[in-house]
Amino acid sequence: MIQLMEKEDAATAADQRNEIVLDTRELNLWYGPEQALKNIALQMSEKQVTAIIGPSGCGKSTYIKSLNRMVEMNPLVRITGQVMFKKRNIFHKNYSVEELRTQVGMVFQKPNPFPKSIYENVAYGPRIHGIRKKKLLDEIVEKSLRDAALWDEVKDRLNENAYGLSGGQQQRLCIARTLSIEPEVILMDEPTSALDPISTLKIEELVQELKQDYTIVIVTHNMQQAARVSDQTAFFLNGEVVEFNDTVTLFSNPNDQRTEDYITGRFG
Amino acid sequence: MANNNLGVKEQIQQNLQKRNKRLMEKAVPLLLFTAAFISVLTTIGIVLTLVFDTFQFFRKVPFWEFFTSTDLSPLGKDPSFGILPLINGTIISSLIAMCVAIPIGLTSAIYLSEYATDRVRKLVKPMMEVLAGIPTIVYGFFAYSFVTPILTYIIPDLGAKNVLSPGIVMGIMIIPLVASLSEDAMSSVPNSMREGALALGATRFEVTLKVIIPAAISGIIASFVLAVSRAIGETMIVTIASGSSKNFTFDITESMQTMTAYIVEFTSGDAGSGTVGYYSLYAVGFTLFFFTLIMNLIAQYISRKFREAY
Repeated sequence: MIQLMEKEDAATAADQRNEIVLDTRELNLWYGPEQALKNIALQMSEKQVTAIIGPSGCGKSTYIKSLNRMVEMNPLVRITGQVMFKKRNIFHKNYSVEELRTQVGMVFQKPNPFPKSIYENVAYGPRIHGIRKKKLLDEIVEKSLRDAALWDEVKDRLNENAYGLSGGQQQRLCIARTLSIEPEVILMDEPTSALDPISTLKIEELVQELKQDYTIVIVTHNMQQAARVSDQTAFFLNGEVVEFNDTVTLFSNPNDQRTEDYITGRFG
Repeated sequence: MANNNLGVKEQIQQNLQKRNKRLMEKAVPLLLFTAAFISVLTTIGIVLTLVFDTFQFFRKVPFWEFFTSTDLSPLGKDPSFGILPLINGTIISSLIAMCVAIPIGLTSAIYLSEYATDRVRKLVKPMMEVLAGIPTIVYGFFAYSFVTPILTYIIPDLGAKNVLSPGIVMGIMIIPLVASLSEDAMSSVPNSMREGALALGATRFEVTLKVIIPAAISGIIASFVLAVSRAIGETMIVTIASGSSKNFTFDITESMQTMTAYIVEFTSGDAGSGTVGYYSLYAVGFTLFFFTLIMNLIAQYISRKFREAY
């Protein structure tokens, strides 16, 4: 009895240190007859950055898109297994996708601002979720843009069309848009692959800042980027997780031969 | 085939030297230009004819009277030419048509672009376009012999010839135009816009209403205006089902004549060449032309003003 209690205490202590926000359990996914994800099991802890690396077609994008169920936009997709977000299975039929997506936000590969003003882009999310007061919207817009390190560049032209911004600024605007509804998790699907090196650096710095408040999952084909920004890294190959470890260990001392081959540039 | 012995480079050189090839290159643009110029020339010709004969008309009937008088009786002993009853008939029948076509056309476009599966879209869109291919004369007697009797059950006072029934049928006729063009505008909004909004927890309807429609608004408005132009210019349906009463009235259960129907009535035998009635055709035709021109300019202005570039 005493032993059991001790065990429970230990477990709570561990939880407090590093609560698991996203827990993927035996996730399988098919596009029609083709299996894209095989038995994925990954845990993402609160306020940590998890990088997902792997060659093209390894399922990393499919995986990150299943975390906010965007993958279901493809009608051929079939899923088994579970993803527990704060201990609730996101695929459960009572879990509304809208509710999930307000808490698990996403930044896409190509910047995709709406063809509206900078202000309207950031205010869109809060508006559709019922926030109408102009003053509050103003505050949200400013805070989100500040947090996305874009405020100083755009504060004098909030009413101009977002498409007048540079690619890197557009991507930070999309990050601000995601932050505007205060999610817990931010998924980033190769957020810098369409950007120049300086814009990439800015986004990477931003990820470091955002880590203070958000749990981040970032898909990248750039291993240096994974090494720079993440706390833990998962290596995907052919729809499977080959190795999942803290980033320093995975890059300096990989367990699996395939991981070593990939990170040393022998394939991929 | 003696060339076969030559190398590739030599053959290419020889081919470049050919005279008729260079001649073709000069003739083709000329040919293309001529083809394009034919339509320009026709337009100029039509406008000139209209202007010239309209001018003839206004030498006999004062300009002021034509546009302010509500009295139109071209064949009376003391003929009078006020175009207002015709303009009134045209506007009212087009308004009724738009009241039918815009809501139904736009909602079908939303359904097809945002909700329907690929299979349904591929089935429904061609079927709608068949609706656009039905000859207008068929719509005309459909309005007269089918819709009017049905409407009489609801509105017992409805005249055998009335503007309501052809207005509704014209609306049905232009639904495919509105639906098809709006659907094109909406489905050409990039998918990344939908993803961006969905990822913020928007429902499909919120995405449609607040992202897709604003982004496609210029195409949607263009489809409305094209549909209005089509309704204004539509002839057979109103000629058959709305009759030729030249009363100035706002009662949609009564017969009204549109500008187009007036032209039909007069070109099918009533007006002798050179009479005032004959020239009135050109004045009415010119007014009609002016109407559609204005519609197109409005369309251009609106779609430029509301454009959301992506």
